[in-house]
Amino acid sequence: MSYLEYQVKFVPSGLKKLLYLNWPLVLLVTAVSCMGFVMLASISGGRMDLWAGPQIERFGLGFVLMIAVAVTPIWFWRSSAAVAYLVSIGLLVLVEVMGTVGMGAQRWIDIGPLRLQPSEVAKVTLVMALAAYYDWLPARRVSNPIWLAPPLLLIVAPVVLVLAQPNLGTAVLILGTGGAVMWCAGVHWAYFAAVFGSIGGAVFAVFESRGTPWQLLHDYQYRRIDTFLDPSQDPLGAGYNITQAKIALGSGGWTGKGFMQGTQSRLNFLPEKHTDFIFNTLAEEFGFLGSITLLALYGLILLFLFTAAMQCRDRFSSLLVTGIGVSFFLLFAVNMLMVMGLAPVVGVPLPLVSYGGSQLLVLLIAFGLVQSAHVHRPR
Amino acid sequence: MRNARNEGSEVWPRMTRRAALLGTAQLGLMGVLGWRMKQLQVDQADEFALLAEENRVNMRLIPPGRGLIFDRNGVALATNEPVYRIVIVREAAGEPREALARLAAVMPLDAGTIEATLAEMERVASFVPVTVRDRVSWDDVARVTANAPALPGVTAEVGLSRSYPRGPDTAHVVGYVGPVSDYDLGLMEDPDPLFQIPKFQFGKTGVEAKLEDLLRGKAGTQRIEVNSVGRVMRELSRDEGTPGADVQLSLDAELQSYVEARLAGESAACVVMDCESGDLLAVGNAPTFDPNLFVRGISVPDWTALNENIYRPLAAKAVQGAYPPGSTFKIVTALAALEAGVISPEDTVWCGGYTEVSGIRFHCWKRGGHGNVDFNDSLKYSCDCYYYEVGQRVGIEAIAAMARRMGVGVRPDVPMSAVAEGIAPDADWKRAHHDEAWRVGDTVNASIGQGYVLATPLQLAVMTARVATGREVAPRLVRAIDGVEQPSGAGGPLGLNENLLRRVRASMFDVVNHARGTAHKARIAAAGFEMAGKTGTSQVRRITAEERARGVTSNADLPWNRRDHALWVDFAPYDNPRFAVSVVVEHGSGGSTTAAPIGRDVTLQALYGGFPPLDAYPSDKREEAGQMQARVRALLQGRPAPTLGRA
Repeated sequence: MSYLEYQVKFVPSGLKKLLYLNWPLVLLVTAVSCMGFVMLASISGGRMDLWAGPQIERFGLGFVLMIAVAVTPIWFWRSSAAVAYLVSIGLLVLVEVMGTVGMGAQRWIDIGPLRLQPSEVAKVTLVMALAAYYDWLPARRVSNPIWLAPPLLLIVAPVVLVLAQPNLGTAVLILGTGGAVMWCAGVHWAYFAAVFGSIGGAVFAVFESRGTPWQLLHDYQYRRIDTFLDPSQDPLGAGYNITQAKIALGSGGWTGKGFMQGTQSRLNFLPEKHTDFIFNTLAEEFGFLGSITLLALYGLILLFLFTAAMQCRDRFSSLLVTGIGVSFFLLFAVNMLMVMGLAPVVGVPLPLVSYGGSQLLVLLIAFGLVQSAHVHRPR
Repeated sequence: MRNARNEGSEVWPRMTRRAALLGTAQLGLMGVLGWRMKQLQVDQADEFALLAEENRVNMRLIPPGRGLIFDRNGVALATNEPVYRIVIVREAAGEPREALARLAAVMPLDAGTIEATLAEMERVASFVPVTVRDRVSWDDVARVTANAPALPGVTAEVGLSRSYPRGPDTAHVVGYVGPVSDYDLGLMEDPDPLFQIPKFQFGKTGVEAKLEDLLRGKAGTQRIEVNSVGRVMRELSRDEGTPGADVQLSLDAELQSYVEARLAGESAACVVMDCESGDLLAVGNAPTFDPNLFVRGISVPDWTALNENIYRPLAAKAVQGAYPPGSTFKIVTALAALEAGVISPEDTVWCGGYTEVSGIRFHCWKRGGHGNVDFNDSLKYSCDCYYYEVGQRVGIEAIAAMARRMGVGVRPDVPMSAVAEGIAPDADWKRAHHDEAWRVGDTVNASIGQGYVLATPLQLAVMTARVATGREVAPRLVRAIDGVEQPSGAGGPLGLNENLLRRVRASMFDVVNHARGTAHKARIAAAGFEMAGKTGTSQVRRITAEERARGVTSNADLPWNRRDHALWVDFAPYDNPRFAVSVVVEHGSGGSTTAAPIGRDVTLQALYGGFPPLDAYPSDKREEAGQMQARVRALLQGRPAPTLGRA
């Protein structure tokens, strides 16, 4: 595909592209990241070198990458979708073979100073691949069962590989993101009904299989579900984390205990306080006002993503932005549900806020893609 | 490719609709999130704030320093000394059995200790320190500390424990503390929260027990912030509490030690009282025991040895032992009779060796009789018949009343364990306790301090002090609490005729200083320090006719526990009484031979404030006194635990 095929009336070029970035989105993303820096500094007792410093450095790198991706024409990204997808699948296979074991699961590859989690990358490349596929596929074939197979395969491959790590949380996110892109692409609703029906069946099967030789999930995953269903069952064991997380959150009250004053996190009652449970520290130290502000910022990001998606005139851009939006939404929604005791603890970090290099970089690159679609949209 | 774009725009409306649906779903879920935040952070905030506070704040009791106990000169009788214990924390120590094995390589640990520690570690939370061994030596502490890197989770802690520097010498008066037991807690109505502290020491006997509430002090509290594993992060607030009150006793530690050493070898008790203030300068009980054994938790063999010893080392005989006062009680009978006017001091009574009352012969100790005896002779020679007669004349009610006036049959108010009341029997008492009418024979027995009459050595000392001063002197053991002087025991006048009292004192003087007085051999030769006293020998059991037939005529032929008690009371100096002394030697045979010399030595020791010069003794007693002084000095230097030499 060439540049001309987009029939653009006006596309900015050179440095002018920077003027046409979706600046409110950039500011929102930066603002949320800054909240993350503040929290990471607070959790480490005011030390910058432990978590906040490296996080800021990575944000800087990610920001540059985001701009670089943004000024690169969107059709380049469409053209590279297939390659990017294949590379990420390759990385997932690689991580299975030679990845570093952490928390009983194979999840990352050390590339120099960077700790790469291919599952994060796969989320974005999958959206790219699906968007490109539906951009290419004529609309009337979208619900044709034969043409339904390729996107399903595109989704199933990373999901299976991530499940094998095993990383249930990310697998669910990938599945949800892929499904959302297919939904927006216009796949007939009956398929979705069928899928939800079979998911119900699968959940039943999962619980039925427990304790049998062919049980479908790991024991620790079952325990997480148990804990979720009844945290008080084992207040000092598996339920301890979620109980303490809720105490941290609730004890913040309206205005919180203040910067670096969160007793639950500072005294280690809160587990994984700089990654998965960072939201609880925020809620504890800055109260309901702090947590609702973060939710509002996330909401605004979603709003701008939605608007951007609507402004795009081609299916690739539109589906890409929507898919990234859904992926982002699922990340923070699942994390918040989890830390507030509404979902099982599945190990999903809070986007832009939790400490973690590859996720931040991947997210910023994804926002770069959104910006690229925004900048290069036909006007 | 134009086609593709056109086809693309065909699906636009549906896509917008679907995206809007998706957006709505997202909005809904965000609504749920926001609602949940409000629910947790606003609606249930107080509840969670409390939980967070409970999480982080622990209350700890700070045991207050137990009050110290001093003697009248500030000599420490009970102190708190640092003791070291080895504690282990499971979470830091790793596998408990291996950790204890490592510890056993450094310090001695027997299998029982290891098993008990393992059981305790299993029981408590992983961060709670468990005591492996208490009261370890400084060497063990040093070894554990030096090997700290190889012994994770094992530390030496320091605490305070009660210690009795004077050991056995003050065991019965000061008493001892011991770890509070569940049984003890069950007896308390509203136990102090301090007793929840494991092995908290509280007074079990003696002053330690009676003044427990004063000595214990008030618990302090410490609010500490702990992290998730219970490790202390910082102290939030601290209230030191109030340390226990320091108690100064009236005891004179040096005199007390002397008395204990002097009594060594006997089963005896001796009380030295200040005539003026009622201060108890020495309360000796022999044999004695080491109270420090109880603080540490006494071993079963030690306990059995103490408990089954026929000489009852655990009993504070001076206040718990109620003995027939024998002839020392004649002072009471005499005062009752003289006071009532049934006889004048000059009146004489015939002593023919026995008196027959209701067909029963009551013998005088002197078989041949004393002939005509007046009051002075009666006390000097301790004539029994005289008292049989005057006792009958005045009657038991007057004798009992006088006994109570002199402190016999009245429980003395001293903070020691199981202080006995003694018995000043009268008709009502006999009816109440024996359901029998009082008989004349009972009066006859009572008039010479036999029969139902019982007095403790402390009561005899009180009686003597009252005779010496004419005042209602009461014993005082606690001189000051936290520096606040306690009321003196001087008391008001007894209300007895001073002339009569003077006659009694003069007769008691003759008992010691008259050439034919019963205690002449125990007199004091130092001018100005002469003492007045009274001997007593009280029968534990009659010598039966059968025994008499077998030829048993003297105490020496009887088994120890059936021999007579030897008693002695005195005050000195005669013309300016300062000290009242009483001595009871259980089964010591004769008051004049066994008890009086002890009384004399103790009196001299009190008068001189140390070992008296030998010329304070009559010339024929100096050698003997010198030997006794040497023996006592050896005992005082070679502490602890004098052993019984006499069977």
